[in-house]
Amino acid sequence: MGLKIIGTGCGLPGKIVTNNDLAAIMDTSDEWISQRTGIRQRRILSGSETLLELSAEAAAGALQDAGASPEEIDLLIVTTVGGDYKTPSMSCLLAGELGINCITLDINMACCGFVYALNAANAYLGADMAKKILIVSAEALSRLTDWTDRSTCVLFGDAAAAVVLEQADSAPVFSMELRGKDGWEHLHAARGTDNCPFNDFENNGFLRMDGQDIYKFAVSSITARIHEILNTCSLSIDDIDTVLLHQANLRIIKGAVTRFGSPEKFPHNIENYGNTSSASVPLLLHETKDRFRPGDKLILCAFGAGLASAACLLKW
Amino acid sequence: MKEKVLDIIAAYKGVDAADIPTDKPFNDIGLDSLDVAELVMQIEDACGVEIDITPELNCIDKLVEYIESK
Repeated sequence: MGLKIIGTGCGLPGKIVTNNDLAAIMDTSDEWISQRTGIRQRRILSGSETLLELSAEAAAGALQDAGASPEEIDLLIVTTVGGDYKTPSMSCLLAGELGINCITLDINMACCGFVYALNAANAYLGADMAKKILIVSAEALSRLTDWTDRSTCVLFGDAAAAVVLEQADSAPVFSMELRGKDGWEHLHAARGTDNCPFNDFENNGFLRMDGQDIYKFAVSSITARIHEILNTCSLSIDDIDTVLLHQANLRIIKGAVTRFGSPEKFPHNIENYGNTSSASVPLLLHETKDRFRPGDKLILCAFGAGLASAACLLKW
Repeated sequence: MKEKVLDIIAAYKGVDAADIPTDKPFNDIGLDSLDVAELVMQIEDACGVEIDITPELNCIDKLVEYIESK
């Protein structure tokens, strides 16, 4: 038993923030940002927009694309670093918004969230505990970003993207690694200071990242995950039709291309959205799916806080 | 070792190794922090050493000195 993606969708904030918009409010420039990251613009939640609204839009789009009704969904997984509320979970809120009543799970695996969700979904489908599963990856990194830190705030964006899965014959192949204590501090956001009178914890809760260390981790992890899948399946990169990488930085994508060749197999859309954490892979999938043919072999690969990396080979 | 490192950097930048100053900060020779991270990875593979990037390793001479001390 395996899985098949039968529908995709996305929900994007209305506000587009260009590099020039950022240059107007901080000491940076379009040239500086685009040369170092490849990012030209990003979407940011604004006004009264909520992540739940984006999630519902993405979910509705994926359900429509799949020709499925909300009642058919047996499991709803939301991947997010942080939803609109600390509790209830985003998946609970989204189930209510969609009018569905099924098991719901939130997964917080940062940028790897979508691939982890695929892994969990595969287990549910394989155990026949679900026939159809909805995964929504929804991130509002603008809420975690330190907008006074020009080295990180230019990198991130907000977005939601969704897929509907159903049981299929073709089993996906996963390669996943968690480094545990080895380097997690290079990419983290601590909880914010609370008002508990019995502890002295203080932190502004913003995202912190060491760019050089994360670049090395990212490129080496991408290489390791893809090689592991190829070796497991006795395939070469020539046998793979498309590699959908987590969109963190165009330089990281180019680093991967340097090692595997075939740049045409590594599409990217980071120019338009920045790093949207777990939403980036399903958003790229949604935007590039028209190029896929039935039976195409796709590798989805992500890396991020943990430090975690995860990849999945699946058949389109 | 210096020649090996210079060759890798020259190939990456697409310039002649002889034209790259080895005592100037990476930033001054047109290498930003992610260029350095990428080059360090390539040098690690080529030289079989693990390089811990620190602010002190800010030019080719210091990088070579670090690698030779490992």
